[in-house]
Amino acid sequence: MESGFGSDFGSDFGSGSGGAGKLDPGLIMEQVKVQIAVANAQELLQRMTDKCFRKCIGKPGGALDNSEQKCIAMCMDRYMDSWNTVSRAYNSRLQRERANM
Amino acid sequence: AAARCGAAREGRGAAVPVTPAVPVTPGGNGNGMDAPSAAGLGGADPQLQRFIEVETQKQRFQQLVHQMTELCWEKCMDKPGPKLDSRAETCFVNCVERFIDTSQFILNRLEQTQKSKSAFSESLSD
Repeated sequence: MESGFGSDFGSDFGSGSGGAGKLDPGLIMEQVKVQIAVANAQELLQRMTDKCFRKCIGKPGGALDNSEQKCIAMCMDRYMDSWNTVSRAYNSRLQRERANM
Repeated sequence: AAARCGAAREGRGAAVPVTPAVPVTPGGNGNGMDAPSAAGLGGADPQLQRFIEVETQKQRFQQLVHQMTELCWEKCMDKPGPKLDSRAETCFVNCVERFIDTSQFILNRLEQTQKSKSAFSESLSD
């Protein structure tokens, strides 16, 4: 799950402090980052499922047929492509806005 | 203007216009961060405060990307193909830009109507 996500989510499954049991702020921050990354992944999956169901499933049959499965697979990839495109475009716009301030 | 509108979280299906994470009206605050003060959240620890500010900002960005992807998918995607063709890609980029423009337009116009017509803001506060 990380390859498409890593830099775009800014998630960082980094080393962490490895301190056992102590209330170490570094450890807490790492854990929070992980939780945030998980939440983002869930959000992405939820929206992707919604969109791809709408695009690929017509009248629901007794099972997902081959064409539906192929469609879903392509849809997932295109959704990720779209997400990345939007993320880049938004980032560019933010940088442009900041440069103009 | 974002602060004046009391805009904070965007929610799906919310009736209130969505405010992007950054101050998109010209002359907004310089650091580009719209985060509420983290003083209450992080306690006295400045490292934790900074962390909360940064992560909050990142999350706002993520949320808006999720939202815009969803919206723009409806506008730009017909049938999912083997790759994202350049026309669709252009559409997504335009879509993001126009969404931000729309948001700025709404904020600016709201600000103007509040300035010129006090009756408007009175009816808002009802």
